[in-house]
Amino acid sequence: MIEAHALTKRYGERAAVTELSFTVRPGAVTGFLGPNGAGKSTTMRMILGLDAPTSGRVSVNGKRYAQHRAPLHEVGAMLEARAIHTGRSAYNHLLALAATTGIPRRRVDEVIDIVGLREVARKRAGGFSLGMGQRLGIASALLGDPATLVLDEPVNGLDPEGILWIRNLLKDLAAEGRTVLLSSHLMSEMALTAEHLIVIGRGRLMADTSVAEFVRSAAGTSVRVRTEEADRLRQALAGRDVTVSSTEREVLEVTGLSSDRIGRIAADSGIALAELTPQQASLEEAFMEMTRDAVEYHAPAREREGQPA
Amino acid sequence: MSTTTSTVMAGGAVPPAAPTAPRGQVTQLRVLHSEWIKMRSLRSTFYTLIAAVVALVGLGALFSAFTASHWAGMNPHERADFEPGMTSLRGFFLAQLAVGVLGVLMISGEYATGMIRASLSAVPGRLPVLWAKAGLYAAVTWVLMTAGALVAFLIGQATMSSKHIGTSLGDPGVLRQVMGVGLYLTVVGLLGVAIGALIRNTAGGIATVFGLLLVVPVLAEALPTSWSNHVNQWLPSNAGQSLIALHREAHTLAPWTGFAVFCLYAALALAAAAVLLKRRDA
Repeated sequence: MIEAHALTKRYGERAAVTELSFTVRPGAVTGFLGPNGAGKSTTMRMILGLDAPTSGRVSVNGKRYAQHRAPLHEVGAMLEARAIHTGRSAYNHLLALAATTGIPRRRVDEVIDIVGLREVARKRAGGFSLGMGQRLGIASALLGDPATLVLDEPVNGLDPEGILWIRNLLKDLAAEGRTVLLSSHLMSEMALTAEHLIVIGRGRLMADTSVAEFVRSAAGTSVRVRTEEADRLRQALAGRDVTVSSTEREVLEVTGLSSDRIGRIAADSGIALAELTPQQASLEEAFMEMTRDAVEYHAPAREREGQPA
Repeated sequence: MSTTTSTVMAGGAVPPAAPTAPRGQVTQLRVLHSEWIKMRSLRSTFYTLIAAVVALVGLGALFSAFTASHWAGMNPHERADFEPGMTSLRGFFLAQLAVGVLGVLMISGEYATGMIRASLSAVPGRLPVLWAKAGLYAAVTWVLMTAGALVAFLIGQATMSSKHIGTSLGDPGVLRQVMGVGLYLTVVGLLGVAIGALIRNTAGGIATVFGLLLVVPVLAEALPTSWSNHVNQWLPSNAGQSLIALHREAHTLAPWTGFAVFCLYAALALAAAAVLLKRRDA
């Protein structure tokens, strides 16, 4: 469980994160989404006590991160894959981290096997590919068998097989009742891995919702209708907030009406339909839609806040 | 690697959700163990420490052999300046470069690679990491450099004894002089660790350490004598090296006073590093 309350971080005049409040609950994979520079990494560093918030607070499993006596057992983190001394082997890197809370050597071997780095564990980490670095980062996050995992861009640099592997690993970890927070710039990947979404833009919270709800709300869902009487249906559907477009002669793209409603109207008008398909916007489109709105919306919103209340 | 991956996927080897094993807490001793693993698992540690020992022993032997072979041709003035202990220990001047550099690298290396984030999230109290690095590096440096100084001294005196110009550990001040080399280099290492933590950048840290130890005393020479007589003896390296000088010269501190002043510089630098490590974002 991660709880942020009015979390704010300023670097001089520039606000990286502003009044951010959210809760990451156990038992589900939560995606942390935002365009570059939105404040995702800053927020994650504050969760781990690496950066101090300018104001507000964030707690992990009920306490501020720094107050945990055995942090590796509470939170497993991968902030950047390359948080590793390039001259040290993967095995020794994990062994050194494990030693801080007395995690046995056996566990180091276990996590190396979990992430599939057995063959290269004794080699210098400086020679690792991006994907191997990611796996090592995940291994260090799993080291203390923590109840909460915080991963910054974990699929970055992984091959398709690796992406499938981490997707299943994270889902399994969440299914065991753990809290899993991961950031990613791959929206399509989020759709497949995450159940819940926290979206930020310009350091402000824009959405805290389920993936399904996010897709439904963020982008207008359209319905594809195919009929021989396209013109007559177009007239029957016409109304306020309804747009009908057409790229083929017998196909209409309708937004503003549900597929149920379109079917009903067609039946009432005696129009036979050959196809009636709700078109789901992809997470990618929904995300772009939302961040575009946010940018347009938040600029004037900031001016309003500047005025005396 | 692909076979390993598919085995893992099929096996679903995921740790159990509710571990019953006791969960160890972070302690200073455990952080010390962690830092020991870090230190011994880097090749640069070995090479740099070997370089320091080679400089200390090799140069000492070289200077001693050179002096022994040229003793017959040296004039009375040169013979008067000659001091057998220092001749065999002169390598410390080069050894301090290696020791200082490695001290800086102990911490700046972690900032350069991003390792510091892993270290500080594993030990969110942060200070145990600094104390462990400083303590461990001081211990390793002291053991190696004291041993190196003894070896350099014994080789040097054995070489020079052929001309009956050697000295022995039993002579007044000589034991203090030999042990002083290990102690001086240990504090140089601590100063390096502290400055590495303050500057957080390898090049900047190294420049600062040697600016302080080697350049500042040279610059101070440019002061009017009435000033430099008072200022120079208090400069870090001058104060520290008064422990290694056999005879106290004019305008230098007494051996242990000088060394205490040098330790004070290192302690202040470490304290400043501790305060900033706590305060700054990692």
